[in-house]
Amino acid sequence: MENSLMADRKSSPAGQAGGQVLEVNDLHVSYYTDAGRADALDGVSLSLNAGEKLGLVGESGSGKSTMALAMMRMIKPPGRIEGGQVIVDGTDLMALSDEEMLKARLSKIAYIPQGAMNSLNPVLRIGAQMMDAVIAHKTPLSKNDIEKRCRESLESVDLDGGVFQMYPHELSGGMKQRVCIAIGILLQPKVIVADEPTSALDVVTQRQVMETLDKVREQLGAAIILIGHDMGLMAQFVDKVAVLYAGQVMELSTVKEMFTDALHPYSEALINSLPNLENKGVFQGIPGLAPALLRLPPGCSFHPRCPKVMDHCRSERPETILQNGRTVSCHLFSQEENQAA
Amino acid sequence: MADLLEFKNVTKVYSSGLLSRASTTALNNVSFKIEEDDQTIMAVAGESGSGKTTLAMLLLGFIEPTEGQILYKGQDITHLRGPDRMTFRREVQAVFQDPFAVFNPFYTVDHLLTVPIKRFKLARSKAEIRDKMVEALTAVGLHPQDVLGRFPHQLSGGQRQRINVARALVLKPRILVADEPVSMVDASLRANILEILQSLQQDHGVSILYITHDLTTAYHVAKSILVMYRGTVMEAGDVDRIIKDPQHPYTRLLIDSIPWPDLNRRWGETEIKARESDIGVVSSGCKFYGRCPFAMDKCKTLPPLFQINEQQAASCYLFDEHPQIASERLTELLPV
Repeated sequence: MENSLMADRKSSPAGQAGGQVLEVNDLHVSYYTDAGRADALDGVSLSLNAGEKLGLVGESGSGKSTMALAMMRMIKPPGRIEGGQVIVDGTDLMALSDEEMLKARLSKIAYIPQGAMNSLNPVLRIGAQMMDAVIAHKTPLSKNDIEKRCRESLESVDLDGGVFQMYPHELSGGMKQRVCIAIGILLQPKVIVADEPTSALDVVTQRQVMETLDKVREQLGAAIILIGHDMGLMAQFVDKVAVLYAGQVMELSTVKEMFTDALHPYSEALINSLPNLENKGVFQGIPGLAPALLRLPPGCSFHPRCPKVMDHCRSERPETILQNGRTVSCHLFSQEENQAA
Repeated sequence: MADLLEFKNVTKVYSSGLLSRASTTALNNVSFKIEEDDQTIMAVAGESGSGKTTLAMLLLGFIEPTEGQILYKGQDITHLRGPDRMTFRREVQAVFQDPFAVFNPFYTVDHLLTVPIKRFKLARSKAEIRDKMVEALTAVGLHPQDVLGRFPHQLSGGQRQRINVARALVLKPRILVADEPVSMVDASLRANILEILQSLQQDHGVSILYITHDLTTAYHVAKSILVMYRGTVMEAGDVDRIIKDPQHPYTRLLIDSIPWPDLNRRWGETEIKARESDIGVVSSGCKFYGRCPFAMDKCKTLPPLFQINEQQAASCYLFDEHPQIASERLTELLPV
């Protein structure tokens, strides 16, 4: 498709495939509640290259959405970003002023929130909402250019130009979700964070929306972080998977490694809990409950539910170990390393 | 055997506009039965706009059918009054899709669970109310001390959905309409919620109408399935046969679009022919006509159901060498 979305991208050297576009270093976020401090993100680090797709999976309360909000610097009190870096395309977002951050949102990093399709304003036409989004982020573009940009953006998510003049109630769920993707890519971000973009859609529409997202990723050369808990969708869509548990990355592997040879016992349990055609009627949930962040167990936070728990898991928190390009945070592997040494 | 619930050729038409009289057939001649003694889990599957939720609303008595009848223990539910109506209300319970939308943000969880107990006079004292709440919450895998006294915004989606199941459970229902109960819940909790549903059926004598767009979970919990598209039953029968060997072109598209957690089974071998927005309304004839790769001229008249084997029927002319089966007799193919 020959439009300015593409042209801009070509002129930008950082957009080339392969280069690192996102680096998250030791990100900490806490929520201060009446009952105490909850560490929702406890030292999360990861990096992504242009065009890469990362899946961020975990149970509710594991910090997936907090991670998305923290990267956008949209954590609201009682939450607070305690430390860490989010480097997008060479710029540390955490070091920016509020004004600069406002400009960075949508142009460096875009966020498609959970249930985004319900966030459209019912009394404004789609076009007006899209233009508002551009204007709010203080771009130097003229009004005509903004309108052109919006129409191109709709086109690149396979929506008819007529949608520009429509109201949200005139669109189906899948179309609304595509509008939200269109808004997300208006300013050609380097990183798109999509928080469960298809959780309320049926499978056929889900497939269409994911195909659209993949297409815009290719056009922009952007990296995508897909947040969700549907491992099936992850298997079909992403390149790498990061498993979050109680605010920590338990394992980060390629999707192939994750499905064939998961390292961490929690990832293994997650994979085993998946329904497939062979095991009808077998519901293998993960025993126990996700821990309450306010009273995290000592040592490894997964140890009360872990089938391979060892004595020192109860007292010592495992280090994050790098193994063949994968990271894992579990004593099972720190031991192996010790033995090898 | 007595029928607990029967849908008899139910059709629901929504009409809008005073002058133009535009109307939408949300449900077209649907019949099925749920028996009193054999509890079952029946899945109703289809994409948005297929009429699944209309079916649930009709069953719960929130809306009345345009044509046909819905019988509960032999009585038409639109004419139930007094104690019969209360019994129906208590025995037919629902769990809805969106765990974020069904809570009143001003009330705590206690209130939500106490209201039905008081309304149906199921407990004599405060201690008994509390016991019932604790029992129901524990049954759905929640720590009562974690949720009681809390407001909805302090709970996660998975917790809220389990509270919804607990709310239905305190009333000891006979039929549970579960409208997309796990679509907004974690995968690891999904297994728990589905297990809870299955134990309701096996141990508590509850029949479940499992409404979903997710065929994977339908396959795992249900015995039988109705695949709907734009208000019409496209394919129906034994869930194993339909998921493993779908016949109707629409069912084939659906099953092909499931993101299986299996790297060897790639997504979307078959192309999606048309986007949902491109399809004009087909007033008569097969509703899938506009998207069907096998569309023929005769598809412009509505195909009847053809019985493909003893536990599977599809509404498609591709199978017209098989005997036709009347919509009212469809239940006979559904295993319990």
